Amino acid sequence: MKLELGYIHINDIQFGPESKVQGDVLYVNKDEVRAMLLEDETIASVDIEIAKPGDSIRITPVKDVIEPRVKVEGKGGVFPGIISKVETVGSGRTNVLKGAAVVTTGKIVGFQEGIIDMTGPGADYTPFSKLNNLVLVIEPVEGIKQHAHEHATRMAGLKTADYLGKLAKSIEAEEVKTYETYSVTEGLKKMPDLPRVAYVLMLQSQGLLHDTYVYGVDAKQSLSTLICPTELMDGAIVSGNCVSACDKNTTYHHLNNPVIEDLFEKHGKELNFVGVIITNENVYLADKERSSNWAAKLAEFLGVDGVIISQEGFGNPDTDLIMNCKKIEAKGIKTVIITDEYAGQDGASQSLADADVSADAVVTGGNANVVIKLPPMDKVIGHPEVANKIAGGWDGSLKEDGSIEAELQVITGATNELGFNRLSAR
Amino acid sequence: MSKLKVVHYINQFFANIGGEEKADYQPELRDGFVGPGMAFNTAFGEEAEIVATVICGDSYFNENLDTAKKTVLDMIKSKSPDLVICGPAFNAGRYGVACGTVAAAVKEELGVPVITGMYKENPGADMFKAKVYIASTKNSAAGMRDAVKIMAPLALKVAKGEKIGASAEEGYIPNGIRVNFFEKERGSKRAVNMLLAKLAGKEYVTEFPMPDFDRVTPNPAVKDISKAKIALVTSGGIVPKGNPDHIESSSASHYGKYDIEGVTDLTAATYETAHGGYDPVYANDDADRVLPVDVMREFEKEGRIGSLHRYFYTTTGNGTAVASAKKFAAEYAQELKNDGVDAVILTST
Repeated sequence: MKLELGYIHINDIQFGPESKVQGDVLYVNKDEVRAMLLEDETIASVDIEIAKPGDSIRITPVKDVIEPRVKVEGKGGVFPGIISKVETVGSGRTNVLKGAAVVTTGKIVGFQEGIIDMTGPGADYTPFSKLNNLVLVIEPVEGIKQHAHEHATRMAGLKTADYLGKLAKSIEAEEVKTYETYSVTEGLKKMPDLPRVAYVLMLQSQGLLHDTYVYGVDAKQSLSTLICPTELMDGAIVSGNCVSACDKNTTYHHLNNPVIEDLFEKHGKELNFVGVIITNENVYLADKERSSNWAAKLAEFLGVDGVIISQEGFGNPDTDLIMNCKKIEAKGIKTVIITDEYAGQDGASQSLADADVSADAVVTGGNANVVIKLPPMDKVIGHPEVANKIAGGWDGSLKEDGSIEAELQVITGATNELGFNRLSAR
Repeated sequence: MSKLKVVHYINQFFANIGGEEKADYQPELRDGFVGPGMAFNTAFGEEAEIVATVICGDSYFNENLDTAKKTVLDMIKSKSPDLVICGPAFNAGRYGVACGTVAAAVKEELGVPVITGMYKENPGADMFKAKVYIASTKNSAAGMRDAVKIMAPLALKVAKGEKIGASAEEGYIPNGIRVNFFEKERGSKRAVNMLLAKLAGKEYVTEFPMPDFDRVTPNPAVKDISKAKIALVTSGGIVPKGNPDHIESSSASHYGKYDIEGVTDLTAATYETAHGGYDPVYANDDADRVLPVDVMREFEKEGRIGSLHRYFYTTTGNGTAVASAKKFAAEYAQELKNDGVDAVILTST
């Protein structure tokens, strides 16, 4: 499967009478977007704001971040099974509005959403401070249940990203990158001497607002399966979860999965990137056993020499991570796992909730318990008071002057376990 | 600004007194630098200077631990230094233990900033790495130049009370305290490179060595449950409505103890969850789902259990450090024992 990504670099975002991409500026007609979103009868009101790199703006509580993309050639459309029809995506050409994003906010659960600071020390920890963000402040109708609220917010984000992406449909991209994976036999013939590597991508699927969708299917109801890496680039995997902000994989992360990018970088040169095994992180022990058995079996079935395993979330999913690692190593396949740590505010505690000697190659995204200070911002988009309640905050985290003292956990994407960032710990 | 005053501790070998045959050399205080001290002075530049050197034979130190330690410490104290440097000891075992012992005593007893340096497999490294910063050096004195390059800046930072970065940045032997820092490459790239090295059988360094995991052996079964006093304890965050003690939704700093005398059922009006790691809808709707007070009361009435303990203990397990959880449990487990509780039902989420 071969996909070309056409990058259209966006360096500014502005409101205007007409939604369009002109040069490196993304213009958005606010009313048009609002009218589109208000078609959903579960949404009472939508506020649309802009947050650019360097702005003295804090966005909270953040639910998801989505990159606008559009299919230019090839089958299907972005976010198949949700926004577009269930056609297999991942081939042809897709245009990307690089540097732009849609950020959704909403007090859905109250403790499972995060913070994005566009400037200051907090900005260093989140990749989304470097983007030109269109922020949707979504208020649901009275009396709505959290699950329906989550659904409404998720759909609003995806719809808006799709709407913005379509503005770039007929633009000739200035930069094009090609990604190609081969069938198992083709790959063997083309790269007989290179080590064969797969990527085991663990998807948050604990349920009850901790869900991820693959082609519209709730990942907790699926067995571990295979997916072509380029399918993710067209939005085959979508985040639908509210978990601790620092190590949840937003839709933006799935679209720009860094393990996939970096494996492609060495593909055909130092390794043969065979494909992606997706597996879930369900709560029942039987599910954990079954899913990890299947992940290991699929890795063996593909006959790979090594795998990279990435995690989402912490605590309970540490068990899934260690099961996957242990069972794949037991098949004689070498593993590297990517996780993050909860070593306490002083860094002295045990970092993971599970461990095994076979996990001897670990990459860490840092200690999420570390306390950070976020200075006040000129403007807050959303609800600043959630800082006292969100995972990583405590009663009194939000100070009178608007500054926040809390654990790194509160920052969206800070200790990402796909290895999206440079943050680490020793 | 005047230079920081440094005292340097070295053994008989590095003082050019002699090798193994002089290892019984008794502690001596000399003004100025001796041997490797010169390299440190150069590296310190205008910031610090070795004012005195304490020399002691490795055998003498280890065979007369208490007296040698005291003498060496008194000598160091007499110079009222701002900073003490011990070694580096490379892979010399007795020298490493001496450096670690002196460094730990300087820190704990004199309260003076101190560092030492040695090879990671030196027995002194394991013994003292959690107590003082030990710069990671090569295994022989041929690594002196590299050792000074790491030790001099680290020593100055420690002396000035500056923030010490992660072991990988500063060059000290990992001391069990996890410190965040920004790597040069993003995590995914490090993972790909680590996998390529592992596949090729080349050396690689894991960023998180697996801990010895604590496995708890279950207690023997309760002999007669119909006579037992049973307590409920949860990490599922069930608290009286309004979370009166403000237990955090993640990384809890404390636990709560609540009286349930006369309570037969936890309702949406009276109890809720403070836990930030799961969908709270169902726990808030009926907190018995996480902390089964209703069922326990029925069992109590039917005589299937002796009694339900008057208090329940609760915290949020979400993102809470193992060390914190251990501390909470040590406290309330003692209280439960004192209150004559026979068994505990621990519920999670």
